[in-house]
Amino acid sequence: MSPDFLNFIETVLNGLMTGVMYSLVALGFVLIFKASGIFNFAQGVMALFAALTLVGLQTGQVPFAHLINAVLGTDVHNWGPGLPTVLAILLTMAVMILLAYIVEKVVLKHLVNQEPIILFMATIGLAYFLEGFGDLMWGADVKALNVGLPTGGSFWWEDVTRGWASEGSEYFGMYIDTLDVSAAIIALILVIALTVFSQYTATGRALRAVADDHQAALSVGISLRGIWVIVWSISGFVALVAGIMWGAKSGVQFSLSLIALKALPVLILGGFTSIPGAIVGGLIIGVGEKLAEAYVGPLVGGAVENWFAYMVALAFLLFRPQGLYGEKIIERI
Amino acid sequence: MLYRETGDFKSNYAADQQTFPIKSERYLFWAAMAFAFLVVPFFINDYWEKSVIVPLLVWAMAALGLNILTGYCGQVSLGTGGFMAVGAYACYKLMTGFPDLNIFFVVILSGGVTALVGMLFGLPSLRIKGFYLAVATLAAQFFLVWLFNKVPWFYNYSASGQITAPERTIFGIAVTGATAPPWATYLFCLAMVFIFAWIARNLTRGQLGRSWMAIRDMDIAAEIIGVQPMKAKISAFAVSSFYIGAAGALYFSVWLGAAEPTEAFGIDKSFLVLFMVIIGGLGSILGSFLGAAFLTLMPVLLKNVMVGGLGWPTDLAAHIEIMLVGGLIVFFLIVEPHGLAQLWRLAKEKLRLWPFPY
Repeated sequence: MSPDFLNFIETVLNGLMTGVMYSLVALGFVLIFKASGIFNFAQGVMALFAALTLVGLQTGQVPFAHLINAVLGTDVHNWGPGLPTVLAILLTMAVMILLAYIVEKVVLKHLVNQEPIILFMATIGLAYFLEGFGDLMWGADVKALNVGLPTGGSFWWEDVTRGWASEGSEYFGMYIDTLDVSAAIIALILVIALTVFSQYTATGRALRAVADDHQAALSVGISLRGIWVIVWSISGFVALVAGIMWGAKSGVQFSLSLIALKALPVLILGGFTSIPGAIVGGLIIGVGEKLAEAYVGPLVGGAVENWFAYMVALAFLLFRPQGLYGEKIIERI
Repeated sequence: MLYRETGDFKSNYAADQQTFPIKSERYLFWAAMAFAFLVVPFFINDYWEKSVIVPLLVWAMAALGLNILTGYCGQVSLGTGGFMAVGAYACYKLMTGFPDLNIFFVVILSGGVTALVGMLFGLPSLRIKGFYLAVATLAAQFFLVWLFNKVPWFYNYSASGQITAPERTIFGIAVTGATAPPWATYLFCLAMVFIFAWIARNLTRGQLGRSWMAIRDMDIAAEIIGVQPMKAKISAFAVSSFYIGAAGALYFSVWLGAAEPTEAFGIDKSFLVLFMVIIGGLGSILGSFLGAAFLTLMPVLLKNVMVGGLGWPTDLAAHIEIMLVGGLIVFFLIVEPHGLAQLWRLAKEKLRLWPFPY
């Protein structure tokens, strides 16, 4: 195989890996949208908040240290050496469940029956609040997150692919981040778990019932508000996984919350209501973005990645407004 | 008594349908305008101009634009920052390309250029709506900012990639550039905003505005009764982008003086304007001003209290500010989804009946 072709494969593979990351975020969106019709803009910030909390617990930071120091004039930073990773993850999950509960109690409860756009705005407000709150609680500096996943390039894969190149050509093997590979595996497990959960458990059935028809679900005795707490908790869990992955990859920082914006074209492509759609959409966007960066980018000065996904989504919308797997939009007067 | 319609008889339709039908409100409005135009210029200083009043006016202009699109025509846009960038760069190119052109016309023309770009990005709205459209406008946001970063022609091949506003005058008095006196920039912005708010008010209650509102309320029904969706939507995009472009031109030339696309016209600006429109009130001219005032004054106030008063570090104050803005948005949506303008409307109703509410 010629090096050019191998480079192409490498780009595609890396795109797929990035796509998995996008899918992880998009998954959280789809879950909430299906169950409550709310487009949860705060999903990205939830990932950031989860990652911040995890790092904070792991390293044993004092929450609100900055505020306490400013108000009381003290100088506190850490309360101890921090918790072991597993315990920290469990505690973070508890925090995310608490967050889901509070969101339902304080925000969603009062906004039942409002127009979708109002609910969307409310989640933007929530996103801002959480962003400020997370920074206030744990500080705004970039933090390294280490949960014991392998990082760095895979030498084994590099050696294997070097053998593929045709004789005499200068090719040094493909680069694949092992972290991306573990992310892909975890995403796969997550999707399977979610599917099993929604197919074979009573709660999962209730979730699907609510997604299908709010009123019918209410009339057979499903608690809508209970379901909402559960859904927000699950997407909090998905956000935690996404936060760990992105955080381990590029550090826990504000830009993490911007991946929420990247998830939008993914959703457009896959359809707002489809879990497989979120995965496939994420993969397409990831691959498309990397290919565009590699082959179109040099022609126009680079950084095509920033807008390519949106343009793809825009072009796609013109032909298929409901997305790849979305339900057909039917409008009546 | 305050705010009474008793004894205020109208003998023709024009008087009945004027913007301020009640005498005391009309007088109050003109008194406020007289104060803004005739008194404030004598007292304004650099701090008030640069960090309070000119920002307020610029954001009010942008909020007016977005309110026309989102509040009146029901098309959600997250591309405001990108369109402001178009206005700013058009302004820069016109200022440097035609040094003799009056800054007033430069701002109008920048609005015109933005209107064309807005129409282009409004085309998808004919097929897609709601969140989908919001994503489509995000494409505009990211693409436009990228374009202004990457194509050197837009920033006249300057080494830093920044654009800097040269000095331009009106009646011999500088309104842009470093030496412009605060009162001149203030009056220029105020006059622009006044004129365009006036136009917006009359546009939205005319035939065009009604077709926008019909599309907003239910597009299929509107189409059946004879509103052309294409004409209504594209015109809403054009008018809205005109306002946003003019706001971008003022933002760059009068307020900032120098700008760099990623910082000055990022996605956070799009959200900021959207928040102004929501907090102020969707579909209300007054709401655009109230929202802009609220979100411009609140950070200044918070900063003065927390950094100036309590002596907290600035980054801490910034975090609390973001938190408060987010919390307030949620609070407003829960308590009053129709925004500050609705509160004002309710207050007026109450005043009318006071002190005998039954």
